[in-house]
Amino acid sequence: MLLHIVNKSPFINNSLESCLRAAKKNSGVLFIEDGVYGALDNTAITPQVKKAMKDKKFFVLASDLKARGVSDGVIKGIEVVDYGGFVDLTTQYDVVESWL
Amino acid sequence: MSDDEMMQEGGTIKKFCYVNRKAPYGTVYALESLEVVLIGAAFEQDVSLIFMDDGIYQLKKNQDTSDSDMKNFSPTYRALEMYDVEKLYVEKESMEARGLTEDDLVVPVEVKTSKEISELMDEQDVVLSF
Amino acid sequence: MKFGIMINEGPYTHQASDTAYHFTKAALEKGHEIFRVFFYHDGVNNSTRLTTPPQDDRHIVNRWSALAEKYKLDMVVCVAAAQRRGIADADEAKRNGKDADNLAPTFRISGLGQLIEAGIQSDRLVVFGD
Repeated sequence: MLLHIVNKSPFINNSLESCLRAAKKNSGVLFIEDGVYGALDNTAITPQVKKAMKDKKFFVLASDLKARGVSDGVIKGIEVVDYGGFVDLTTQYDVVESWL
Repeated sequence: MSDDEMMQEGGTIKKFCYVNRKAPYGTVYALESLEVVLIGAAFEQDVSLIFMDDGIYQLKKNQDTSDSDMKNFSPTYRALEMYDVEKLYVEKESMEARGLTEDDLVVPVEVKTSKEISELMDEQDVVLSF
Repeated sequence: MKFGIMINEGPYTHQASDTAYHFTKAALEKGHEIFRVFFYHDGVNNSTRLTTPPQDDRHIVNRWSALAEKYKLDMVVCVAAAQRRGIADADEAKRNGKDADNLAPTFRISGLGQLIEAGIQSDRLVVFGD
């Protein structure tokens, strides 16, 4: 099963959209860098992410949220991980795909 | 390593997948990723190329860089077959969104829906994205 | 577990090299093995010893070198990508008739085959880019 990594803001780039189109049920999606904006609640993208959360697991990198001042806004149910957790995720899933 | 990896001639054969999502010329990613594919071919791995989003424009016919002083590398896609790189997949949704058909592309490809693409990605051992 | 790390962007402009560094460090601290760190595209710019950031900023190049020394990392810079962008070690500089070289310690210049090998030998290949 794949771990998808999204590092682009969904507001200027279609990486998240393409990732969700190609991500299988039960795969993981990790938001890093500017991708963390996709993990936030009350945005125009939130409904799309919440829908995808029904059959995929979502994660977001803590330090990238914190750097951007948005740690408090994460959609409930998205797991916040540190770099150690990021490493663990790459071992728990079989293959890592970065949506550059 | 996954169960379906085979040992052949003393070496491991893995499923390598190159995901191309970027247009040519505007950035160097398409050209330099093609260079990886060509070098990688010598390692005799099980290679697939997926073209989705703007990556499909890499395969557009009639590219002509004569007025832009850049290297037109689109003919190289036609040469991939000689390197035994024969699995070229294009995502249907991306192609249709750009108003393209298979006739617009420089090489024969297999068109797959995003659902089929997701199955294909899930079978891979290594996914290289540029 | 054995990891291969690919870095496709240079320092400072994109966060990719920072993210890759923190990931690599965390993996090593957890006892994982890093088979190789491979620098491609503008990622080769992480290897110039002429980098001089302001005092109050992180030194991305030196930070990689320090990590490489501590854990004996194999850090490979793609030769073709490096030549395009003016990154050379002493041998490369001499071969191409240049009057200077700039490769930082702990990095080495080699071919794209090293990336493919990292994909084959590692349990996971993680790509950082933009």
